[in-house]
Amino acid sequence: MKINLKVWRQKNNKAKGELKDYKVDHVSPDMSFLEMFDVLNEDLITKGDDPIAFDHDCREGICGSCSMHINGRPHGPLAGVTTCQLHMRSFKDGDTIVVEPWRAGAFPVTKDLSVDRTAFDRIIAAGGFISVNTGNAQDANNLPIGKEAADEAFMSAACIGCGACVAACKNASAMLFVSAKVSQLALLPQGQPEAKMRVMAMVNQMDAEGFGSCTNTGACSAECPKGIDLSNIARMNREFFSANLTGK
Amino acid sequence: MNWISTFLKSSIGKKLLMGLTGLFLCTFLIVHLTGNLQLLKHDGGLAFNTYAVFMTTNPLIKFVSYGLYAIILFHAFWGLYLVMENKKARPVQYAAYNGNANSNWSSRWMGVLGTIILAFLILHMWNFWAQYKFGTVPYTQYERNLATGEVTFSPFTGEIAGKMEKFIDNQSGIEVTIVKDLYIVVADGFKAWWLVIIYVISMAALSFHLVHGFSSAFQTLGVNHKKYNALIKNIGVGVFGIIIPILFAIMPIYFLLLN
Repeated sequence: MKINLKVWRQKNNKAKGELKDYKVDHVSPDMSFLEMFDVLNEDLITKGDDPIAFDHDCREGICGSCSMHINGRPHGPLAGVTTCQLHMRSFKDGDTIVVEPWRAGAFPVTKDLSVDRTAFDRIIAAGGFISVNTGNAQDANNLPIGKEAADEAFMSAACIGCGACVAACKNASAMLFVSAKVSQLALLPQGQPEAKMRVMAMVNQMDAEGFGSCTNTGACSAECPKGIDLSNIARMNREFFSANLTGK
Repeated sequence: MNWISTFLKSSIGKKLLMGLTGLFLCTFLIVHLTGNLQLLKHDGGLAFNTYAVFMTTNPLIKFVSYGLYAIILFHAFWGLYLVMENKKARPVQYAAYNGNANSNWSSRWMGVLGTIILAFLILHMWNFWAQYKFGTVPYTQYERNLATGEVTFSPFTGEIAGKMEKFIDNQSGIEVTIVKDLYIVVADGFKAWWLVIIYVISMAALSFHLVHGFSSAFQTLGVNHKKYNALIKNIGVGVFGIIIPILFAIMPIYFLLLN
C-alpha cells in the first residue's frame, strides 16, 4: 500500500506548527497505524530528518498512551480501538490521512503529535483514590459486593485515560473521563467514605485545568475506545449535586 | 451561602442552570401552544381574543410572564456565554474534524439554533406582543346565540373601558362580547408570505433545538437510567421535536392559505 500523510509538525510547545505532507510506500495492510509511523520515522532518520514525535507504550490497547486524531476522529475510524490497534487494512491504497494531536487548551502540544496529558493526573491526584491503611490486603471476600455493582464499576474502571473524549468533544470537555473515575469508586463500598470530597475535588480540578463544559453531544462516548457510557456523566452530576447539598 | 455561588460557577452548576431554565421554557411552550390553538377555532377569533385578554390582565399570569421574559433572556445569554467559554477550551482548532461520525449535528449547533430562536422571539414579540400593547388594535363585537352557539361578529367603533366587555341580552338570548381584536392582527400579519416562511423556518430551528435540548436537560439533571431513557428521548423527539413545532408552524400557514 501507498499512503499519503498530512502530519502536524511542531518543534515544541512554543513553536508554531503546521501540517506537513509525507508519502509512505511499502505499507503492509497488517501493520498497525503506529508501525506505519515507525517505518516513516526510520526513513526520516535515515535521511537525517527529525522523526515525528508521538506517544505510545503498550501497543495492545490498554495503556492509553497513544493519542492520534486521524481524519477528524480520535483513534481513527474504527469503534472501540485505540490508535495502536488500528491497522492499515482499515484504509485504502493511495488514501490521504490527516493526523493531528489531541486539541485542547488543557492538553498543550509538547512536540508534533505528542500532548501533555498531566492535567488528567492532577485530576486523579485531587480525589481519584481511596485511602487505605498499609499492610496486608484484607481478604477480598470480607466485603460483599453485588455482581451488578461490581460489573458496573468495572465498566467505568475500563477507562484508560487516553483523552479521546476530550479530543472528540467540541468543547474539549473532560467530563467522560472524570465521571468514569468518579463512578468506579462511587459504585463500590470502598469509595463511600470519601465520596463527597472526591467528586467536589475532582470537578474543581477539572474546571481549574481549563476543560470545557459538557453539552451532552455524546461524541466522547461514541469515540471512547473502551465504550465508557454517558450514564457515568449523569452519575457524576448526581454525586456532585448531592455532595454540594449535603457535604461540608 | 458561599457554597451556592461556588456550585453555580462550577462547570456542572453552569449547565444545570441551562437545563432547568430550558425545561421551564419547554413547559411554557405547551401553555403557549394550547392557547394559540384557539386561533384555529372557526369563531372569528372570539375564543382567542378572550384568551388574550385573560393572559394580559390576570395578575398571577402577568407576574409569571415577567419571570418568563427574564428566564428566556437568561437562557439565551447564559447559553451564548457558555458557548464562548467552551470555545476557549480549544484554542487551536482541528484541520480535520468529523463531528458527524460521533454526534448529532443539532447537538453541536445548539448555540446557532438558539440564536435563530432568539431572533425569532424578538420578531414575534414585535409582531404581536408590541402591537397588542402599544399599537392601534381594532375592537370587534361578537354576538353569540346561547341557544344555537352560532357566532356573528362585526367591527366595533365605539369605546369601552379596558380590553373587553361582556354582557348577556336575556331577551334575545345573545351573549355580546366586545373585545380588543388580536385575532385580526394575527390574520393580517400572516398575509405576508415571507413572514410565514420566517416563522416556519424558526419552528424548524426550535424543533432541532429541542430534539437535543429536552433529553440533554434530563442527562444534566442526572436523570439517566435504562428504564426511562427511551421515554425521555421519545418525548424529546416526538412531542417537543415534532408535534409542538408542527402545530405552531400550522398557524401561520393556515392564515396564509385562508387569504
